[in-house]
Amino acid sequence: MKGNYDAIVVGGGHNGLICAAYLAKAGKKVLVLEKRYVLGGAAVSEELYPGFTFSVASYVVSLFRPHIIRELELAKHGYEVIPMDCSLSPLPNGDSLARWGDAHKSRREISRFSQKDAEVYPEFSRIMTHMGKLAKEVIDHPAPDINSLKIKELANLLRLGKAFKDLGPDLLHMNIKLVTMSALDFLDQWFESEVLKAPMSVSGIIGTFQGVRSPGTAYVLLHHYMGQLDGAFRSWGFSKGGTGGISMACANAARSYGAEIKTNAPVHKVLIKNGQAYGVVLENGDEYTAKTIISNLDPNQTYLNLVGEKNLDDEIVKQVKRFKFRGSSGKVNLALDRVPEFSCRPGVGDHLRGDIAIAPSIDYLEKAFDEAKYGSFSKRPYINAVIPSLTDPTVAPPGKHILSCFVQYAPYNIKEGAENWPKYREAFGDAVVDTMAEYIPGLKDMILYRQVLTPWDIEKQMGLTEGNIFQGELSLEQLLFQRPISGYAKYKTSVPSLYMCGSGTHPGGGIMGASGELCAKTILQSRSI
Amino acid sequence: MPVKSPFHPRTSQLCESMNYKEWAGYYAVSSYLVHHDMEYFAFRNSAGLLDITPLYKYSVKGKDAASFLSRIMVKNINKLKVGRVTYCCWCTADGKVVDDGTVMRRGDEEFFVTSADPCFSWFSRFKRGYDVQLEDISTQIAGLALQGPTSRDIIKQITSADMDRLKFFGTTRARVAGFEINISRTGYTGDLGYELWVDNANAIKLYDLLMAEGGRYNIRPAGLDALDVTRVEAGLILKDVDYYNALHALIDDRKSSPYEISLGWTVNLERAPFNGQKALKKEKESGSSWTIVGLDIDWTEIEKLYNSYGLPPEVGSMAWRDSIPIYKDKSKKTQIGYATSGTWSPILKKNIALATIEKKFDKPGATVQIECTVEHIRHTVSARLTSPQFFNPERKKSTPSVENKKQ
Ligand SMILES: Cc1cc2nc3c(=O)[nH]c(=O)nc-3n(C[C@H](O)[C@H](O)[C@H](O)COP(=O)(O)OP(=O)(O)OC[C@H]3O[C@@H](n4cnc5c(N)ncnc54)[C@H](O)[C@@H]3O)c2cc1C
Repeated sequence: MKGNYDAIVVGGGHNGLICAAYLAKAGKKVLVLEKRYVLGGAAVSEELYPGFTFSVASYVVSLFRPHIIRELELAKHGYEVIPMDCSLSPLPNGDSLARWGDAHKSRREISRFSQKDAEVYPEFSRIMTHMGKLAKEVIDHPAPDINSLKIKELANLLRLGKAFKDLGPDLLHMNIKLVTMSALDFLDQWFESEVLKAPMSVSGIIGTFQGVRSPGTAYVLLHHYMGQLDGAFRSWGFSKGGTGGISMACANAARSYGAEIKTNAPVHKVLIKNGQAYGVVLENGDEYTAKTIISNLDPNQTYLNLVGEKNLDDEIVKQVKRFKFRGSSGKVNLALDRVPEFSCRPGVGDHLRGDIAIAPSIDYLEKAFDEAKYGSFSKRPYINAVIPSLTDPTVAPPGKHILSCFVQYAPYNIKEGAENWPKYREAFGDAVVDTMAEYIPGLKDMILYRQVLTPWDIEKQMGLTEGNIFQGELSLEQLLFQRPISGYAKYKTSVPSLYMCGSGTHPGGGIMGASGELCAKTILQSRSI
Repeated sequence: MPVKSPFHPRTSQLCESMNYKEWAGYYAVSSYLVHHDMEYFAFRNSAGLLDITPLYKYSVKGKDAASFLSRIMVKNINKLKVGRVTYCCWCTADGKVVDDGTVMRRGDEEFFVTSADPCFSWFSRFKRGYDVQLEDISTQIAGLALQGPTSRDIIKQITSADMDRLKFFGTTRARVAGFEINISRTGYTGDLGYELWVDNANAIKLYDLLMAEGGRYNIRPAGLDALDVTRVEAGLILKDVDYYNALHALIDDRKSSPYEISLGWTVNLERAPFNGQKALKKEKESGSSWTIVGLDIDWTEIEKLYNSYGLPPEVGSMAWRDSIPIYKDKSKKTQIGYATSGTWSPILKKNIALATIEKKFDKPGATVQIECTVEHIRHTVSARLTSPQFFNPERKKSTPSVENKKQ
């Protein structure tokens, strides 16, 4: 048995690494144990085909908290995000809409479909930015605890209240709507053209098992307007070397402050004595002890696997089991021998250097969701594609490219049963390639290598329950003081000395770093180590 | 009317924004696109290609070339080895900086000097007694800066000269597609990068070659707006922005010694006489009055300040170069200096600036106040004193051949 650690972090996802870095920076002795051979979790880069570095799961970055970059000196440790300039939506009829960083260029593009929308568009962005301010208050602080009457909690609530109040009555009203409406209903208030609304609405359904008409999906839209608050002109970008580059920078920072990181170290159980966590045991039987154990895993894995039902109250078990995962996305990564050119805009230009949304109409998205509702993957899915190699030349050999496709819907629970996903993996991959090939002539002849990730694979490889990309659905009832379960939303768990720092906690999923940071700061404030 | 550099036929085609400024009497592209940020990211992630023809360029040849330059420069050029470049400044007799630039030793008796201001007449003043030929070749030679992590890979495609061995601040002749150029591993971005010097006649050929081969390495033409952000991140000062040419300064207060503008490290005092030696020796002993520092401006305070007006924080996306007062504390009673240039650093996510402050207040890590105007009202926010070199990636100095040998 090896001990003397102040803290052991189970899982080397970016949140675990950030949590470790903050604790180590504060002088604590920290050990990170990662199951896989590579760090990063869902923010991971792997060379799966010679010369091609895939962002296997997550592929673009926007929400990462800039103060973490400053506080952990991540730029020095290799953090580098290159912004995207364009959002392209190709249409089946050969037309397309491109939205650019240059506002006038966007206005001209949108006005081909609706002059009214073109003029309202900047107004919409301005108001969303304003509301993003509120979201930022929410993201950068632990969730307020409404059941508690402690002065500090009240202050937290008041701060939120003030942020709401500062918005003024009109915006406040809009914000309340935002929280309860569907993404589509919300956009309908502003825009008329489906060509614009369809690709905008999908921001509301990423990672959820919901359609663009499902209530509550408007809230997730807001996330997309937050990056702009941090002094960056454009909000989404590519991480150099793939999204694993961010995890590597976090790991380098953690090591520079003295944290110890072990890969190939799957944790089997959290060790508990007298109801208190005191260590972990690996699958190979090695034991490590520490004053505090922190789990980077999702709530299901943490409570039901690492701790185990026998160490938990029935009420907690019930709550955890109620927490929804319902993975609904897959990923298809392609290595190509040339630039995939789109028939809607032939040639290689900046229009390919951003994200490309296959979301030509609301009906298309609803049909895709319908298939999923009845337990199969969408034959013509919503796809968010990027060609990172056009922006970051380090991820593919010169002249060769990567086409990364994030795909929805691929429901975890297919009607044949989730365990049958491996049988449908290649058919799912084909559906995605077929869909893309409708827009990219000759795509099938360019493919050197194809990786298909179903929600089943995401669960098995990355340890994400039911393949949910955010460690639990980002739906309204699973946010704030209810994430992951009420009463234990502030990184503490029901087991003393066991904390959680993954995106299953507030403020939720995405490459943000906030959960890791806030967990570390909560532990440091409690002076328990 | 500004004139066109030999690259103009190409750069003007690419400059969609029509966003030009004047640089030393030339048309210079500010940004090729409406916003310069993609060009900035080319410098930091792939490679940006910048026309630097407007720099003044001099050839110094002859038996006494090295000692002649040593007489002018604050650095002892006699010690500069063939194939090496040095960055330094030159001073008046009273030790005030005239200009700064690079000196490249291409042969025992052959040097290439670049400057920001025309210096032919100034250099000529000191020729007497030296066996040296000084020639202004500014309009005969065109220059390109290729800066960024993939710059080396691109140059390797166009020449067999050994780029893996060319060290930081090294220079070499190189053959490309039937003509000769000079390459120096220098630049103004603080990153891996090169400057290529070519006869006007071959300029377009070189440009086309780089753009063709660079395509696979994400080369992008880049303008001065992007350069300005990188040079502040790298802490590199700019004449007429962060200091004045002593020969052009209207009042003495505007003149600076090398020590006062963070170039003290380039001065070699103990050697044969050189311009400004006496004055600089004296200043070194008695101490300087001013110094250039880096400012890390507190972002959280800026955010709060803007929030108090119900606004999200705003920073210009361009580097700025206005003089902004720096105070000792919030009371604004003591102004200790002024910031001269600054930028939002997209890579560091910090608001940074270069500032001239009184030496006695230069305590690394100390907090000062910088003026910040929000909604027409002047406030101050805190800034921490740091080294001006905010960003300094390892690749800037890395040399693959040497490093591979070590392993
Ligand atoms: C397909 C996909 C696409 C996505 N796209 C984006 C995107 O483009 N942009 C974005 O911002 N977000 C995206 N996300 C979401 C984002 O990647 C995640 O929210 C985020 O990376 C989660 O980080 P984390 O550190 O909280 O958890 P995780 O990354 O899940 O880290 C948990 C870690 O624990 C390890 N682990 C599991 N079990 C054990 C064990 N028993 N012992 C030891 N270690 C263990 C895992 O291997 C993993 O490294 C995507 C996610 C997926 C899956």
